[in-house]
Amino acid sequence: MTIDETFIDKTIEKNNRSLISILQDIQESYNYLPEESLIKVAEKMQIPLIDVYSVVTFYHSFCLIPKGEYIITVCLGTACYIRGGKKIVDLLTKELEIIPGETTKDNKFTLETVNCLGCCAIGPIVKINNEYHGEMTPNKTKKLIKSLKREKND
Amino acid sequence: MPKIKIDGIEFDCSENSTILDVAKILGIDIPTLCYHEGLSRWGGCRLCIVEIGRDENTKLVSSCTYPVQEGLIVRTASKRVINARKMILELLIAQNPTSKVLQDLASKIGLKEVRFKPKWETCIYCGLCVRICKEQMMANAIGFVNRGNKLKITTPFDKNSEDCRRCGACMYICPACTIRCDGPNPESVLCNGCYNALQPTCLEVYDNFSCWMGLKGECGTCVDISKNQKNK
Amino acid sequence: MTKLLSINEFDKISKKITERQDFNKHIISISSGTCGHASGSIKVAEALKQAVKGYEDKISIKLTGCHGYCAAEPNIIIFPQKVFYKNLKPEDAPNIIQSILKGEIIENLVIKENGINYTHIDEIPFYKYQKNILIGDNPLIDPKNIEDYIAIGGYKAFSKALCMRPNEIIEEIKKSGLRGRGGAGFSTGIKWEVASKQKSDTKYIICNADEGDPGAYMDRNLLEGNPQLIIEGMIIGAYAIGANKGWIYVRDEYPLAVKNITINIKQAREMGFLGKNILGSSFDFDIQITRGAGAFVCGEETALIQSIEGKIGDPRQRPPYPAQMGLFGKPTNINNVETWANIPKIIDKGADWYANIGTKTSKGTKIFSLVGKVKNTGLVEVPMGITIKDIVYNIGGGSPTDRKIKAIQTGGPSGGCIPEDLFNLPIDYESLKQAGSIMGSGGMIVLDEDTCMVDFARYFTNFLQNESCGKCSSCREGIQRMFEILTDITEGKANDTSIELLEELGSVIKDTSLCALGQTAPNSVLTSIRYFRNEYIAHIKDKKCFAGVCRALIRYKIDKEICTGCGVCKINCPEGAIVGELKQPHLILQDKCIKCGICHDNCNFNAINLDV
Repeated sequence: MTIDETFIDKTIEKNNRSLISILQDIQESYNYLPEESLIKVAEKMQIPLIDVYSVVTFYHSFCLIPKGEYIITVCLGTACYIRGGKKIVDLLTKELEIIPGETTKDNKFTLETVNCLGCCAIGPIVKINNEYHGEMTPNKTKKLIKSLKREKND
Repeated sequence: MPKIKIDGIEFDCSENSTILDVAKILGIDIPTLCYHEGLSRWGGCRLCIVEIGRDENTKLVSSCTYPVQEGLIVRTASKRVINARKMILELLIAQNPTSKVLQDLASKIGLKEVRFKPKWETCIYCGLCVRICKEQMMANAIGFVNRGNKLKITTPFDKNSEDCRRCGACMYICPACTIRCDGPNPESVLCNGCYNALQPTCLEVYDNFSCWMGLKGECGTCVDISKNQKNK
Repeated sequence: MTKLLSINEFDKISKKITERQDFNKHIISISSGTCGHASGSIKVAEALKQAVKGYEDKISIKLTGCHGYCAAEPNIIIFPQKVFYKNLKPEDAPNIIQSILKGEIIENLVIKENGINYTHIDEIPFYKYQKNILIGDNPLIDPKNIEDYIAIGGYKAFSKALCMRPNEIIEEIKKSGLRGRGGAGFSTGIKWEVASKQKSDTKYIICNADEGDPGAYMDRNLLEGNPQLIIEGMIIGAYAIGANKGWIYVRDEYPLAVKNITINIKQAREMGFLGKNILGSSFDFDIQITRGAGAFVCGEETALIQSIEGKIGDPRQRPPYPAQMGLFGKPTNINNVETWANIPKIIDKGADWYANIGTKTSKGTKIFSLVGKVKNTGLVEVPMGITIKDIVYNIGGGSPTDRKIKAIQTGGPSGGCIPEDLFNLPIDYESLKQAGSIMGSGGMIVLDEDTCMVDFARYFTNFLQNESCGKCSSCREGIQRMFEILTDITEGKANDTSIELLEELGSVIKDTSLCALGQTAPNSVLTSIRYFRNEYIAHIKDKKCFAGVCRALIRYKIDKEICTGCGVCKINCPEGAIVGELKQPHLILQDKCIKCGICHDNCNFNAINLDV
């Protein structure tokens, strides 16, 4: 894949060489962090590639593989956990045949878990891209996924 | 010149020294693993912990990184320290039972049992290889990747690195992988067997070991040549 | 927005804005924080905006931050009467507008508790026992409009502070007794004093908005609902310490908070509260936002600094402390969001006023996120010294089901559990510490009989083994081994020595870890053993989980006498483990059953129960 070098240059300048902000902008643009982009960042900022790679693998919001069209995030923060958040993850693993961190073969769904979205009072929370759904149950989640699958088929 | 009291001995320290620096000058033996004279201080293995403070305000700190301060009181081998060191070694040996360095430390400190399931891993994450690659060899070919229970040391993208010059410094400095310990009882996890002042090197005991540097094995950097070992 | 060039100009503008407020007009304040959004507050807001058309001279609509009563979302407060309506739907909008015009109350939209209707916010039990000096402003402020903040007295504290000497401000903060709200509870005034005494041309301040504790969202509420309060606090702090640049380090998982702070920093700059020669003084100060990237350990001060510097968040040894050598090697003062939020209030109303709230050693209020197995979930701001019982029962309304409450968890993964028989304990730093827990950032999770304390401790241990940076062997290896032992216990594979080994291991991890993550990691395990040892023993000796959580130790069974054969359980079973003909009692095949409990949750006849 070819990386737009001018974009990388602009991002480095805009973020005042703050590495994590630079990586966040690149990921927002490409939907993940392509290997080539990290090599370019290391080159242009004149820092060792291993330092960039360490940072990318240390922080969980960074992703080295492309994400799906629908990113399903299930909150497993304490309040959501004791209200049954794990059951929702189990159901999604069964329905989509992927485990958290993976994307379906047709690139439609990525399943992720997160430690807390800050909506603890109305948990369990399932987030689809930027939409939050509160007080979810395995049944409600199943219906939601079915409707998303229907949408993609239309 | 800050004055501290270490194991009852009062000492005038030079500025910017650590508790471990002072202990070495005074000949007080503190076990270390991730510390190396020529490299930056890491403070990760936690073996060099000592007890500082007095009465209710005592705590354990790593002596290789803790800076001396006027009036500091240090105890390098209190019961609390020894028990903590034993547990830490127990955790490290359970991680990598085949490291001769760890087995020797265990014998020395009197560790008698390991209550955790052995993982049979190689790396103990002391970071010496990363630091020598960065600070002495200036190659920056390897580093820490991931975190927590997924932590590992590797090259970017786990690929052959162009920055790696195959200098072997990482192998040289590694306390865990270069010298394998099979011990008198290979099946058991704790050896407790070969630590003594006149210990033989692996060259003298095992046929399949060779010296990486072409010496007679005095430095202890013996390498197992029975398997075709490649660079990490 | 005109830039204000002196305190005088600010006083004039402030007066003008306050006078512009029409207190006879009705204002519908709609709670619109992230959980409001998740509950549908935006659709309710749109419906209200439609319904109010033609009556804009009498009624205005304001989208504000969260009102705190999350169980009642979407909710509104109608000013000036302070009528509170709960759990709204878009269809309610036309009725609400008409009822305001007619001066009537819609009874089915008010809070009902124990058979009593509560119309006005001050009477509602959830709010009555609180002391809202911080989050009480949220309903009055549109977080995208700095003028709303000024209208309620915003920036008066800063204009007062500009006329004080920096060391006078620090003395005032010391006198107030304010302690760090991030969890450690260190004296804020003393922390500021250390930073102010450092000889350096460059100093920094940081607002720690990482809020990593799962279950805690107090900071999110403040950042979304009243960002100017924190900005003003930081400006005062920077002035007192001698810093010229500040950072707000916000958790990546809070996009709305990032959006609102960005808007507010821009507005503060435009009005002249940030930038060069603030209000005509020689004081320069500006703020930059940095987003976290998903690492709990970056809530620890030295790891946070590493993160801003573009490195991995591995904590550093202290000393040297950040106040002496912090960000980019310069003296840096870091405080939590809630700590910064208290500053303008203390400077405005005085240290004595603040010190009069709370207990001898813990002054002021604390915001808690009251969540879990409790009726009235939400954010509660209470005076220090209130008992746990008052919070859980008077404010929280007790258990939402017939299951008995058995403990609370405070302090998140770094804290511990406190059993029900200790609920008379007052909330203050010392009593919580003595009980084995910590105040923490404010998460308060209520647990009932259906919570397995071993599984709960295992949950936190799993969280921490993933979040540990991995640098020190005691934390990295020790937490993994605690997790292994706890897993064995929950699977009925542990032996008699497991509890003692956990205690010994936990004590060494606490003692030898480099940073607070490791040092506090064993707390959840050690407190659960201290107070619920019988549960551990039941798992180990009897291989039983009485809470019905640990899958290896439970069985679901269908009661043949009650089962109607409706088949709902069979359809919903993900493993096809239920057999039975329509209208005939069904049966669970134990060898196929994965104990997920979906059948139990779906059965409308309570025919499926735990066979413990």
